[in-house]
Amino acid sequence: MEVTTAWYLILGGVLFSIGSFGLLVRRNPLVMFMCVELMLNAVNLTFVAFGRDLGDIGGQAAVFFVLVVAATEVVIGLAIVVAVMRRQPDATADDISMLSG
Amino acid sequence: MEVVVFIACAVICVTGAIGVVVANNPVHSALMLVATLFGVAVLFLTMDAQFLAAVQIIVYAGAIVVLFLFVIMLFGVYRSENLRVEPIAGQRPLSIAVAVSTLALAVIIVAVATGGSPTGQQAATEPLVDSVTVHSTSATEALTDNQPIGEEIFPNVEQLGRVIFTDYVWAFEITAVLLTIAVVGAIALARRQRGEEESAAPVSPAAAPAPAAAASAASAPIGSAAASATHTEEA
Repeated sequence: MEVTTAWYLILGGVLFSIGSFGLLVRRNPLVMFMCVELMLNAVNLTFVAFGRDLGDIGGQAAVFFVLVVAATEVVIGLAIVVAVMRRQPDATADDISMLSG
Repeated sequence: MEVVVFIACAVICVTGAIGVVVANNPVHSALMLVATLFGVAVLFLTMDAQFLAAVQIIVYAGAIVVLFLFVIMLFGVYRSENLRVEPIAGQRPLSIAVAVSTLALAVIIVAVATGGSPTGQQAATEPLVDSVTVHSTSATEALTDNQPIGEEIFPNVEQLGRVIFTDYVWAFEITAVLLTIAVVGAIALARRQRGEEESAAPVSPAAAPAPAAAASAASAPIGSAAASATHTEEA
């Protein structure tokens, strides 16, 4: 028995669907961000798996950039969450609508 | 051996992912996320992506999760979401349907791409390159432009660095700009204005400005505690 690329891809699919489920269900914006991180990790897994499969280091380079974008997204998102929660400490995802002024 | 490592990591990843979704307390969610990230990092190692495994630990578990924990500790550590109630009628079944159909789509695509067998057993020999040849091809492909091709196989970090600083150098520079913008934006969003700071620190419900009045009276002590915490942190 050998671990093929398909195993990694299916694991990535499972992680992605769990993340999307959490993103749809949870209302705490912090947990929603964590679910987005889960989905990004699932995609990273598939990138590396395909990169190994095709013998192309570009898959890993793509993961590198995804990591940077994920970090940026978390920083900006958490700054917005902090700004909202400072006004209303028990804010849920619905209260992000106060951004509209 | 590889199968054992894969299955162990897959179990850790999926358990952690489910834990992120179902945990009441956001701190528990963050810790479960760490478990998933470690599992993914070990899977990167099994796929010969040593640099990404290290970066995964350092950036994700070391920086991003800590950032999450900072925000949780600042604001949300006392409240835990009540997961029994369903905020929108029919949200959960629809979400389950979306997640299951996403998973089904992924499995179908994988099954089609690997030639009909979902485990990829028979197809792995033909269209998929096995891992022994991957080393040599990726090492030589990274060198085809202007470097003399040696017989040695370059390690992962060197290959990745070569690609990032030649083929993807523009993306790399734009990444730097993106990070700078993110830092500036985060400071601009999260920093407290000078006038706002003075009015918020000695908070009294009568003197509170209009937006603060929207917050409920029960949450006012928590808010002022957080405000004073950030105030002392800035000082």
